Amino acid sequence: MNTVLRHTARRIGTSLLVLFGVSVLIFAIARVIPGDPARVALGPNAKQEQVDQLRAAMFLDEPVVAQYGHFLSGLARGDLGVSLYTNRPVMTDIADFLPATLELVLVSGVMMIAIGLPLGILSARYRGRWPDHVIRVISLLGVSAPAFVWAVVLMLLFAFYLPLFPIAGRLHDSFDIPRVTGFLTIDTAIAGNWAAFGDAWRHLALPAFALALSGIGQAARLTRANMIETYEKPYIEMAQAYGWPEKRIANRYAFKPSLIPSLTIIGLDFAALLGNAFLVEAVFGWPGLSRYGVNVILRKDLNAIVGTVLIISAMFILVNIIVDILTVILNPRIRKADAR
Amino acid sequence: MKRMTTILLANPLSLLGVLLVGLVVLLAVFAPLIAPFPDHRGAVVDFANFNKPPGWPHLMGTDVVGRDLFSRILYAYRISLILGVVVLAIAVPIGVTLGLMAGYLGGWWEYGLMRLTDVFLSIPPLVLAISIMGVLEPTLMNGMLAVTVMWWPWYTRLVYNITRGEKVEGYVLAAEVIGASKTHIMFREILPNCVPAVVTKMTLDLGFVILIVSSLSFLGLGVQPPTPDLGSMVAEGAKYLPDSWWLSVFPGLAILIAVFGFNLIGDGLRDILGADR
Repeated sequence: MNTVLRHTARRIGTSLLVLFGVSVLIFAIARVIPGDPARVALGPNAKQEQVDQLRAAMFLDEPVVAQYGHFLSGLARGDLGVSLYTNRPVMTDIADFLPATLELVLVSGVMMIAIGLPLGILSARYRGRWPDHVIRVISLLGVSAPAFVWAVVLMLLFAFYLPLFPIAGRLHDSFDIPRVTGFLTIDTAIAGNWAAFGDAWRHLALPAFALALSGIGQAARLTRANMIETYEKPYIEMAQAYGWPEKRIANRYAFKPSLIPSLTIIGLDFAALLGNAFLVEAVFGWPGLSRYGVNVILRKDLNAIVGTVLIISAMFILVNIIVDILTVILNPRIRKADAR
Repeated sequence: MKRMTTILLANPLSLLGVLLVGLVVLLAVFAPLIAPFPDHRGAVVDFANFNKPPGWPHLMGTDVVGRDLFSRILYAYRISLILGVVVLAIAVPIGVTLGLMAGYLGGWWEYGLMRLTDVFLSIPPLVLAISIMGVLEPTLMNGMLAVTVMWWPWYTRLVYNITRGEKVEGYVLAAEVIGASKTHIMFREILPNCVPAVVTKMTLDLGFVILIVSSLSFLGLGVQPPTPDLGSMVAEGAKYLPDSWWLSVFPGLAILIAVFGFNLIGDGLRDILGADR
C-alpha cells in the first residue's frame, strides 16, 4: 500500500501546482477585459465617484500582481469576492447552483461507464461481425453531434412526441422539498417523499442521457480498441486453447487490463461532461451553474467568472486525481511493487 | 500516398466518410450557386413565407422571419469549414513546435512546457473557450482565437510523447554525432515521424472544431446573427419546439453529417497508420 500512498501524495502535489497555474491563467484572462470593469458593471449612468469607489473596492487601481495577491488571500479564506451581477458573495452563488450541475454530471458519468464499457466489450468480443459494426457506428454517431443537438432530439422524441419524461426543470412545482444536500434525488429521499423522488429522477433522466451520449461513444470506442490489443496477447490465446468460455475470457482476462488505460481517458472525458453541461442545461432549463456562468460572462462580472471557472477546474482536477489513484490500485504491477 | 488512398477507399466506412465530407465541402464552396435563396444568408425578412414546414420551394422549411433554412445551412457550412481550417492552421504549428521542444530539449523546457500544457488541459475545453469569449467581444475573429487557445496543448502532448520515443533512436543519435543542429534534428529528423499521428488527429479535430464553434454560438458567444451559424440556428429553433421542429433538427443534422464524415475518415486513417496514441 506504501507505493499507492507515495504516488497519491506526489499526484496531489502536482495537482496543486496545476491548480495554481489555472488560477493565474483565469485571472490573467479576466484582467485583459477591454474597458473599465467597474464602469461595465455599474453601467453608463453611474457617477464617476461610484465607479472610483468600486475600483478601490476591487483593488483595480493597484498593479495586476497585487490584485492577484488580494485574490489569493481571499481564496485562502474561502472568499471569491462579490458578484456584481447578483450582489452576493460568489461562493454563495456557486454553492446554490453547483449541486444541480454536479447531480447532472455525476449521473451522466455513471451512464457513460455503465453503458459505454459493456458496449465496448461486446464490440471487441464480436470483432468484425455485425454487433461490432452496429456498436461502432452508434458510438461514432454519439461523438459526432454536440450535446445540445442530442438534447433537442431526445426532448422532441421522448418529451413531446412520446410524453414519457418532463420537458424542463428539476422537480414539479407542487413538491416542496427542504434543501439538505442540494441534490434533489437525495433530498427527496431524505424527506421521505417518494412521489417527489421518482419525479426528480424522471426530470434527470433525459438531460443526463443527452449529456452522456458522446461519453458513451467515446468509452465504447476506447474499450474496444484496448480490448482488441489485449486479445492479441498470448495468455488470451492460451485461455482460448484451454477451451474456456468466451464470456469468461472477455469479462475476466481481457477486460481487466484494458480497463486501466480506459479509466485515464474517462477521467479526461469528465472534463467534456462539465463543459457540455452548459449546453444541456440551456436546452432543458436546468437551474445549474450554466445559466449563472453565461449570465456573469455576458455581464463581464469578473469575480464571478474567475470563481466559476476555478471551481469547475478544481472539480475536474479532483476527479482526475481519483481516477489516477484508482488506476494505481487496479494495476497490480504498481500496487505490489513493494512486495518484491 | 496513392496506395494509402486505395486502402482508405476500400473500407466502406471510410468511403462513406470521404463521400460525406466531399458533399459538405462541395455544398459550402458552391453555396452561392446551389442555394435557392442566396440573399437569405443575411438579415432578410419575408413575412409572406414565415415558419413554413419543409416542402417546395423551401426544402427544409423557413424560419420565423421567412428565411430559407436550406440556403442558410449551406452558408453556415462555409463559415464552419473556414473556422475549422483557420483554427487548426494556427494551433497545430504552435502545438507541434512546443511538443518537439519539450520532447527533444528536455530539462527545464520539458518541465515548463508540459506543466503549462497541463494547466490548459485542466480547464474543461468548452469552459476555457467560454470564458475567453466572455471577456472579449463575441465576434468571429475572437471565436477563432478562443478555440485556438484551447486547441494547441493537445498537439503539444501528442508530439511530445512521440518525440520522447524517437529521440533515443539510432537515426537521431547519428545526426547528433555528425553535428547536426538541434533545429535540424527536431524539424528535419523527428518531425516527419510525427506527421502520420498529427494528420490523423487533424482530420478528427476538423470535425471537433466545428462542434465546439457551434457550441459557442449555441450559447450566444460565437458567430453573431444575422450571419448564419449551425449552433445559433439550433438554439433559435429550440425555442419553437415541438411545432417548428425543422428549425432545430435540420441544422443539428447538418452538424452531425459533417462531424460524422470527418470522424469516419479519421478512424480509417488511424487504422491504416496505426497512429493510435
